[in-house]
Amino acid sequence: MSAVTAGANTAPFAYPTNNKRRRDPRRPAWETPPTRTGQGIKAGVLALYMALILGPLYIVAITSISTQGMINKAGGLVVVPGGITFNAYRLIFSGGVVARAAVISVAITAVGTAFSMVVTVLAAYGLSRSGSFGHRVILAVMMFTMFFSGGLIPFFLVVSDLGGYNQYWSLIVPTALSVFNILIMRQFFSTAAVELIESARIDGAGEWRILTRIMLPMSKATMAVIALFYAVGYWDSWFNVLLFMPAESQRWPLSYVLYQYVTLGQSFAGSGINSGQYFGHQPLAPLSLQMAIVMIVVLPILIIMPFVSKYFSKGVLLGAIKG
Amino acid sequence: MALRQGTSPVTEAPGVDLPLAPAERRRASAPPDRAPKGRPAWRLRFRRDRPLLLMVLPALLLLILFNYLPMFGLVTAFQYYNVYQGFLHSPWVGLQNFNQLFTDPAFWKSLWLTLELFAVQTVLFFPVPMALAIMLDRLLRKWLRNLVQAVAAIPHFFNWVLVITLFEQMLGGAGVLDTFLRNHGVNNPFDFMTDSSTFPLLVSAQAIWKEAGFSAIIFVAAIAGLNPELYEASAADGAGRWRQIWHVTLPGIIPLAVLLMILNLGSALSFGFQQMFLQLGAVGTGAAQVLSVYAYQYGIVQGQYSYGTAAGMFISVVSVVLLLGANWLAHRFGQAGFYQSDRSRRKMLAR
Repeated sequence: MSAVTAGANTAPFAYPTNNKRRRDPRRPAWETPPTRTGQGIKAGVLALYMALILGPLYIVAITSISTQGMINKAGGLVVVPGGITFNAYRLIFSGGVVARAAVISVAITAVGTAFSMVVTVLAAYGLSRSGSFGHRVILAVMMFTMFFSGGLIPFFLVVSDLGGYNQYWSLIVPTALSVFNILIMRQFFSTAAVELIESARIDGAGEWRILTRIMLPMSKATMAVIALFYAVGYWDSWFNVLLFMPAESQRWPLSYVLYQYVTLGQSFAGSGINSGQYFGHQPLAPLSLQMAIVMIVVLPILIIMPFVSKYFSKGVLLGAIKG
Repeated sequence: MALRQGTSPVTEAPGVDLPLAPAERRRASAPPDRAPKGRPAWRLRFRRDRPLLLMVLPALLLLILFNYLPMFGLVTAFQYYNVYQGFLHSPWVGLQNFNQLFTDPAFWKSLWLTLELFAVQTVLFFPVPMALAIMLDRLLRKWLRNLVQAVAAIPHFFNWVLVITLFEQMLGGAGVLDTFLRNHGVNNPFDFMTDSSTFPLLVSAQAIWKEAGFSAIIFVAAIAGLNPELYEASAADGAGRWRQIWHVTLPGIIPLAVLLMILNLGSALSFGFQQMFLQLGAVGTGAAQVLSVYAYQYGIVQGQYSYGTAAGMFISVVSVVLLLGANWLAHRFGQAGFYQSDRSRRKMLAR
């Protein structure tokens, strides 16, 4: 039973132990090992939590690749996989609104993220030097927007007056900036070693050179995370479309297509997708088409998750929250 | 990773002294050494920092155009806005829009509904991230902790269209649950997505599903930053697992929870706009027309821009008042809020 007392024999008192179980060496000495029931309940709760998140995604994925026969048999969404077909995806990517929307979404996300990053990095670096001219006033001006806004309608009117109606820039430029991300970036830049900057300046480097040659290579991880957040924001954005180009289905991005054809359940007639099209013997179910659209929206997010979540535990994202 | 009180990004609001190194501080306040006679120091500093200011310019321009211009657009609330005359030439009507707003029973209904939904959601949501974080913190296997944390955070990156769609597919009338029940002999299974009486619970469930996992990450970091000596001392006093959670972990993360609640209170009137908007058709205006949706419906759908702006202005102004009020309250209870003036901080330290 040496494992039980391993942590305890250096302490001046007896740490609480649960003698029925062997002590896990990873457990801190001050922690009483849990009872089996307690551990079981906790495992159950966490497993349930994960199932509530992954379950719906699994069902949607299975339904999107199920045959019409399977969907009919299940009376709706398919839980247990049976007949598998990729016809829904084939149909979607053979042309029509959804395929075009996917291209548009990718383009908006790429252009928007690049634009946001350039503006954010420049502003963050420009404000990162303590004692620089006016940086406190500018920061205050920026942070004021986090707490007070003119509201939706003046925003809509301003963007419309600037000619943003039915223009792609109205989906990118007005919401390109997150002051919060500037603060995160600024925090990172201002903790960089002052000596490094000083010595670079003595060597004759200007601000631009310091930013591009010293700061940016140093901050790759933080920038990657912020870029991913911006990218997800653009990928997800649909309300701007409702405001600024609701009528032109030819120009919709993917998330708005999702809203129209799945959430509102608008019929696919006129979308360039013939959902009555026959594949072999069976017509394609609109349900599997809808679920395929959901999957096309979800998958890129799921794919980037492992890359972002790596930084969660490192606390990169929390840097600003904790100051 | 220690969680220091009052060190949110927002503490750097004007008037709060940043902790500068002594040398830095001198550089910031004293005029440069080689200042030629007769030149004001600020002009030299301006010239020195011109490249930095140029870098900030694009961001500032964006904020002025799309954040500050709409703020000035609030004058529209006192006008009868006409699309052809714009902000500058539309006729003034004084407080007429607000008169109309405050005498509209639908407005008061929306306000009450907003507060009700917000209260239910806050109470139900509040404990979940903390409980999740405590459970995650006590997981010994690191890979398992990272896995659960990553999975729990996934829905944060979904937009509301996706979340509502997934809920509809699971809990709606044609969803997985009801189909299952129908196939097993239940005749008219309950449709959560269209029932207005359970809507507050549904809204909260959606918010928890979407955001609890992501909020938990902050608490996990906070718990990891607690001083282990506290746990050791409590163990020496004979505290078991539950006692340690109650007397060490919880007090350690309450300041953060208070801070998050305060920041959240600022959104009490504007919260859940997209969420409610998307479900307006399913549960009806009586259950889902919160204030922000009300403003949208009148302002943009019906084209009564001035009236909608007045409703929006009510939301914005009350939100700021709520935020400042909650912050003041937090200080009264000895917690660090999101903003603290120099004087009150000194007072708190002296105590």
